[in-house]
Amino acid sequence: MSEKKHNVSRRQFLTYTLTGVGGFMAAGVILPMARFAVDPVLKAGAESDMYAVAEVADLTEEPQRFDFSYEQVDAWYQSEVTETAWIYREGDNIVALSPTCTHLGCTVNWDANEDYPDQFFCPCHFGRFEKDGTNIAGTPPTEPLHKYVTEVRDGTVYLGTAEPQI
Amino acid sequence: MLQRVYDWVDDRLDITPMWRDIADHEVPEHVNPAHHFSAFVYCFGGLTFFITVIQILSGMFLTMYYVPDIVNAYESVRYLQGEVAFGVIVRGMHHWGASLVIVMMFLHTLRVFFTGSYKKPRELNWVVGVLIFFVMLGLGFTGYLLPWDMKAYFATVVGLEIAESVPVVGELTKTLLAGDPEIIGAQTLTRFFAIHVFFLPGALLGLLAAHFIMIRKQGISGPL
Repeated sequence: MSEKKHNVSRRQFLTYTLTGVGGFMAAGVILPMARFAVDPVLKAGAESDMYAVAEVADLTEEPQRFDFSYEQVDAWYQSEVTETAWIYREGDNIVALSPTCTHLGCTVNWDANEDYPDQFFCPCHFGRFEKDGTNIAGTPPTEPLHKYVTEVRDGTVYLGTAEPQI
Repeated sequence: MLQRVYDWVDDRLDITPMWRDIADHEVPEHVNPAHHFSAFVYCFGGLTFFITVIQILSGMFLTMYYVPDIVNAYESVRYLQGEVAFGVIVRGMHHWGASLVIVMMFLHTLRVFFTGSYKKPRELNWVVGVLIFFVMLGLGFTGYLLPWDMKAYFATVVGLEIAESVPVVGELTKTLLAGDPEIIGAQTLTRFFAIHVFFLPGALLGLLAAHFIMIRKQGISGPL
């Protein structure tokens, strides 16, 4: 075998194989850890149930606060969490709004600030919303309050997940 | 006795040049407060590092009692602060040091800026310094959640909401930080703990090493 026929020199061959093997070993170390770390992004989301929250007979034109609890599975920790909805009736239509401010996630309250009656008010950065959840121009929030999926069965209001209005 | 131990080791490993190279060098007159009092502004970098060392030490000791678990985290902090001897001091060191390190770093940045020390050939060290600044902010953000009280929880709700508002990668970033697309809970706390105690300090030590090697290599910038 003459040396001239080799297009790849001994040194190059060694460089390629060693980087190849080294790269393979490094990938073997890093891959499990990377997949481990990004697991929450790739896990399928839990299916959401509907929860009984209020009686239709109790609803008024004015948004009222209703708390409802459900079992939440947070990885290895299961607990009963309480969520709040502001529900009102508009003719036959039932509107249930999430109290989570669409600015940065604080909690809004109905009619909580004397200066702004009949509005949802957020104490963190003074975000405000109309009764139907529309954000008021000039305040920090950029979209309306999220609206719960609602369903009425036998005079009881069931709520699903809170979805963006736009 | 100590001298003899030193000599015995030095005889075999020749350690004198090693520590000389690190510790034994002249402080130029224009950065020495003993010569010009106004030169104290050159101390802010060293003070930042000094507080960083305190943060690392007090943090190490805090983990002897702290548990990153949503059921017990708050109680463990309350216990270590209220029941353990000097607990209030050790936690206080970590709490106040966290703010002080930002203040010192800011003053150090101002000094570097107004003495023009970031100019050629030290541009790279400025860049590394800015990276250190971001790592420090990350440490502040992740550490804030660990006591798992209402203030910590809602500060993190807001912080993650800010992360989520970033275009395109926002939601991904939030899920990666929180450990769950919806819930800020058990996995958020363990992740923040891991980031606060292992990932960011690791990055910080690497960046600090680069920062210090560069300043030794290039020397302190000249007088104004």
